[in-house]
This record gives sequence, structure tokens and C-alpha cells, in this order.
Amino acid sequence: MGDAEIIPIGTRGRPGRGTGTQPSSAARGLAPKSPAKPKAAATKASPPRSAARGEAEPTEPAASTTPPAEPVAPAAATRPSVRTEERHPLAGVPGSDWLAAFQAAALEVFGEQWEPQLARFLAFLRRRVTGDYTVDEYGFDQEVTQRFFMAALRPIAEKWFRIEVRGIDNVPTEGGALVVSNHSGTIPVDGLMTMVTIHDHIGRFLRPLGADLVFQLPIVSSLARKSGATLACSEDAERMLRGGELVGVWPEGFKGIGKPYAERYKLQRFGRGGFVSAALRTGVPIVPLAVVGAEEIYPLVGNIPGLARVLGVPYLPITPFFPLLGPLGLVPLPSKWLLEFGEPIRTDDYEGGASDDPMLVFNVTDQVRETIQQTLYSLLMQRESVFR
Amino acid sequence: MAGDGRVVLVTGVSRDLGRKAARAIASEPGVARVIGVDVVPPRGDMGDVSFVRADIRNPVIAKVIAKEDVDTVVHMSVISTPGSAGGRNTMKELNVIGTMQLLAACQKAPGLRHLVVKSTTTVYGASNRDPAMFTEDMEPRRAPRAGYAKDVAEIEGYVRGLGRRRPDLRVTLLRAANVIGPHVSSPITSYFRLPVLPTVLGFDARLQFLHQDDLLAVLRHSVVTDVHGTFNVAGDGILMLSQAARRLQRPTVPMPGFAVGGLGSFLRSARVADFSPEQLSFLTYGRGVDTTRMREVLGFEPRYTTAAAFADFGSRLPVTGGRSEKVISALARQLPDPDPTPTAPTSVAAPGGARRG
Repeated sequence: MGDAEIIPIGTRGRPGRGTGTQPSSAARGLAPKSPAKPKAAATKASPPRSAARGEAEPTEPAASTTPPAEPVAPAAATRPSVRTEERHPLAGVPGSDWLAAFQAAALEVFGEQWEPQLARFLAFLRRRVTGDYTVDEYGFDQEVTQRFFMAALRPIAEKWFRIEVRGIDNVPTEGGALVVSNHSGTIPVDGLMTMVTIHDHIGRFLRPLGADLVFQLPIVSSLARKSGATLACSEDAERMLRGGELVGVWPEGFKGIGKPYAERYKLQRFGRGGFVSAALRTGVPIVPLAVVGAEEIYPLVGNIPGLARVLGVPYLPITPFFPLLGPLGLVPLPSKWLLEFGEPIRTDDYEGGASDDPMLVFNVTDQVRETIQQTLYSLLMQRESVFR
Repeated sequence: MAGDGRVVLVTGVSRDLGRKAARAIASEPGVARVIGVDVVPPRGDMGDVSFVRADIRNPVIAKVIAKEDVDTVVHMSVISTPGSAGGRNTMKELNVIGTMQLLAACQKAPGLRHLVVKSTTTVYGASNRDPAMFTEDMEPRRAPRAGYAKDVAEIEGYVRGLGRRRPDLRVTLLRAANVIGPHVSSPITSYFRLPVLPTVLGFDARLQFLHQDDLLAVLRHSVVTDVHGTFNVAGDGILMLSQAARRLQRPTVPMPGFAVGGLGSFLRSARVADFSPEQLSFLTYGRGVDTTRMREVLGFEPRYTTAAAFADFGSRLPVTGGRSEKVISALARQLPDPDPTPTAPTSVAAPGGARRG
């Protein structure tokens, strides 16, 4: 400790780094290997630096193909001087390393059977790119719905809203049926969640009936058709029910999703009962569905009717977060959801022409509405809190 | 009917489809003679169809019907594109006035028994309020205000009027979906022949096609069978516009609707493609028609599905895209074939299920 090491800072006016008597360490690494090892300057070499050199030394002969007896001389003779552009990051990595890395990544992503898995995925991708898939007459693309839409919605249903399902046995596993649900939540998220819930529990695709606004909006329109929706009109409803599909309908429509938060869980008017006529004509059962939790995802506290009219939408919502936080306000609140499917209401034991009897249609409509309203109240009683 | 076969008059034979239809009807065993009528002589081979140069827009056509003792009239002379007729006014005159004159002549011809009119599914229009599949009894949700669709709606009105006034006449109205085939030139085929397809951003239309051969077959079929009424005629199944573009391996350029309309009118004025205005709504919303009545009442079964008809149309077109398909198939060739492995389902269930489930 007596004589302190003097570590010079800077070059003391001389050009370049170091003392000028020997090349810098970077230059030494580039230069062809000389048999004489550079003398370690006691005043300068710090211990970690020499250790680094000591490690680097034995690897270099191993990389060259020459036998270890005379490790340096032939390398110096054959190897040309290395230039900086050859040290491009990709040039230095051999192809086999890339392949190994790719295989490891594939193993990571697709598991042990990665080769057939990846080949199957590529075949799927190829089918999509060449258009080699079929859609049904409503434009429903089962493959993309199953692989992408459902996969994207599933975490939201399971992790964000923690949907709890009751009475799923009431949904028929085959044949036509009409699922009638309450509508809430400012944005029809409840429809999407019902679709993914029914698909995951009984493996059927719920075919939603949407308002004509859905098919007028760009992007929404094509997504809706691809995921199996069609226009809520009696022709399409009856056609789908006759075709044995599981059809979903939200008779409250925009009155339901666009109602203020203060009126939550109060069912609005159930349209004109067109869904009952369709079910009566086709003789399919009506399955009432009560959804609790969707009212709280975007509490609608205000509306901008003027702007909504200009934009051609039924309402323009103000929630506690929406215009205030910008896009962040579009994140739904993580309320706890309960879905209860009620006992199916049979429509096949009415005599023919029942659908032309408005009084009967109104009665059945009221029956469905009352069932859903009562189920909503009982679910609300059972619910501990909004978020739990 | 006349015991020794029918005498059929076909209008609009100067165009390719009309000429082929006339020849196809002539080859039918129950048909004795086929007379083709048009203002300009047909370009191709007429076979054993005799051509009469007459304009259906003036009363001469009545004399032709009377003199030749025609018992069946097949009306094919409905033009869909203003470009080929020489302007929208000429087109409208040919379509509407021509049909009126022809139907007036038909009403006056006592020997006439059967009228077949080739109409189109364009009468249903295309909008966001459309049902998924139109049946013959449905009306368009928005009445067409201009163009081909309005012409066809008026023509159908006149045809129905004739049917009321001549109850002894069997009237068959065939609403054909977009006819497609390697040699067909129509708004939709000229659209798909563009090297890059402009599409409406955010919309994916449902399309239905009828192969040219099936159109000829259904015309022949309806001439020789004793069925009357209105029928939708289309191939089975639906193609989405995006899917059709992928099958043709055509790149698409999504753009807002008004831009597609502007581009369409530019292409029309540049005579690159016959892009009609009502095609924009068709390419936005698409249209599907129900063909149950065609099968069950008319008893006709198209040979081509929508997809097969489109594949036949696309097989003669040069490919302008498809780069991503090549990349994927090159990658896929490096890997073993996944499907012949008998353990495939279990392997899917283990890692794939965990990943996607």
C-alpha cells in the first residue's frame, strides 16, 4: 500500500489510447496472433483484465482446426487480417446455431411434438391465406371463431369477469333453441361473454341476432358475420331456428344496453315480441337467461344525445372513466358475473297459427320477461358484492 | 304445345350469353326451331339458330312472333352495364322500352304459351338491413333508385302485369345470381379481373355465383318443363369477398366506401372495368338468395357450386399475388407431414389443448 498505483487518466496529450508503446487491447484482439505474448505492464494491467485475457487465450486455438501442438503459427499464416465489417452480429453466428435456437423456440412454443404442431399450424395458415375454408350462408367462419375470437374472449370471461354459470343443463345440446337474455353494459359485451360461455360449456355456437346498426358499422359488421351473427329480423331468426341452430336474442336492444346506471337490472320493454313469434312458428324452446354483472362494467352516468345523433348511433355514453381517461376508460370494470339459464319454455304444444295470435305472443313475451326479471332479483340477492 | 316441337324466340343473341343460350335451347329434343333476335348480328357461331334482325323496341317484333308462330319467348336482352350499350340512356331504353314492346307483342300473340325472362338477384338490392338469404317472396329493403337494379325491378313489374293480363301464359322469371365463367364479361367479372382488388374497409360481402353453364342449363330446363313462377337461381354455398380474393390470389386494398366508389367511376370512365354504382353496395354488404324453390319446384340442380364456379372462373386468370402462400408452403415443406401420424389426436390434446385451452 506504500507506493500507490498510478493510473493515468486520459492520454496525456499523445494520440490514441494508452502509452503509444503497444497497441490497445482492442487492436491486439484484431491483429493476427503473434507468438510473443505481450508483456504485462505492471503499472497498468488491472487483475480482472488479465483474467479476461487468460480465459480468452485457450479458446482461440480450439476454434482453429490446427492441432494443439503448434497452436498459433499456422493460424497466423492462413488467417487474413480481420476487418470490421466481418464482425457483423449475424455473420459471426453459424447456421447450425440458428437452427438450434429455432428448434428450442419451437419446442418452447409448441411443446415436445413441435414439428407436427408447427406443420399443422402452417397448414392452417395456408388454408387461410389461400381461402380454402368454408363459411355458412350467414357468413359464419367456424374455424376463425374457434381459434381466434373464442381464444381472445376466454381469458376475459374467465379471469376478468370470473363468470359463474348456473343451469347450463337447460340449454339443449342439439336442435334449435332460442336463448333470450337481458341486455346491459353500454357496449354489448354480455353477448360476447354469453357466446364464449355457451361454447365452452356445451360446445355449441350461439348465433346472435344483431341490430342493423351492427351490420352498418365497418369492421364490427365483418367481425359479427364471421363470428356467426345475423340480422335480427324474423326471416333470419326463423331460418336459423329451422336449421337447428342455437340462436341468441337480446330483445331489449339499445334500450337495454343504453339505460342509465340508476336503472340497472330493470328490464326494458321486450321489443314487439318478434322473437316469440319466431319461436312459435318454428316450435323451438325459449331458454331465458339472466346475466348479472354486466350492468357494472361501464356505469352509464350520462349521454350526449346531440353528438350521438350526428354520428348516427343511438347514444354516446359517458361513464365515470370514459371520456375522462381517454382510451383507458374503455377498460371494463372487473365486476363478478353470474349467468343463470332458466327452465326452457316450450312452444311446440301450441296449436298451429298461434304465432298470429297477438295476445298469446304478448303473454309468452311477458312470461319470458318476468322469468328473467325474477331470476335477476334472486341472483342480485345472492351476490355478495359487485366485484366479488 | 305444338305436337312437332316448339318454336322458341330468343332475344339478345348478339351478346355471348344470349347466343350460347339460343344454341343450347336449339339442342333440346322438344324444340323444333329457335329464332334469335337482336339489332346487331351475333359475332360467333349460331349453329342451327336462325337469326332475325329486329329491334325489340319497335312493333316489328310482334310480326316476327306472329309470322313464325312462336310459342315460347326467352327474354335475354337485359343489359347490366352501361358501357357495353353505349351509355346509361341507351341501356335504360333497351332494357325498359325493349321489354315493354316485347311484352306488348307477347300479349297480342294468341299462339304464345310460355315466357321465360332472365332476371337477376340484383333486384333484391344490398343493404345492412337485408336478411341473410332472400326468398322469392321478399322485397328489397330499399327500393332501387337508379341503374340496372331499377331497370330490372321495372322489367319484373311489366312481366307480372303481363302474367295478370294473360293468365293462360306460363311466365317463368329466373333471378340468376352473378353469372361467372371464363368468358363472361360483366361488372363482377371485370372487378375480379383487376390486378389489385379495391375492397370496402371493414366490410366483407357474402357472394353467390352461378356458372355460365348452369345459366344455360336452367334456361333450357325452364323452356322444356311445365313449371312457372319466380325462381332464384344460384350455386350452392357462399364465398366471402375476402375469401374469393384469396382464392384468386389477388392482393386487396381496403379503402373507405366513398373511395371505392370514386375509384370505380374512374375505372369506368377510363374503360378499365365496368364498375357500376350499385356494385358498391353489393361489394359492401353482399347478398344471398335462397334456392329451395329452384330445387323443389323448378326441379333444377346446378352443376357448379358457388366455389366451383368461382374456381373455374379463376383458373384462367393470371396470379398477381400469393407471396405469403409461397412462403408458408416453402416453410411447410421443411417439416414432416402432420396428418398421417395415427397419434395425432392425442398429441393435439396434450400440448395444443394446454396452449389454447
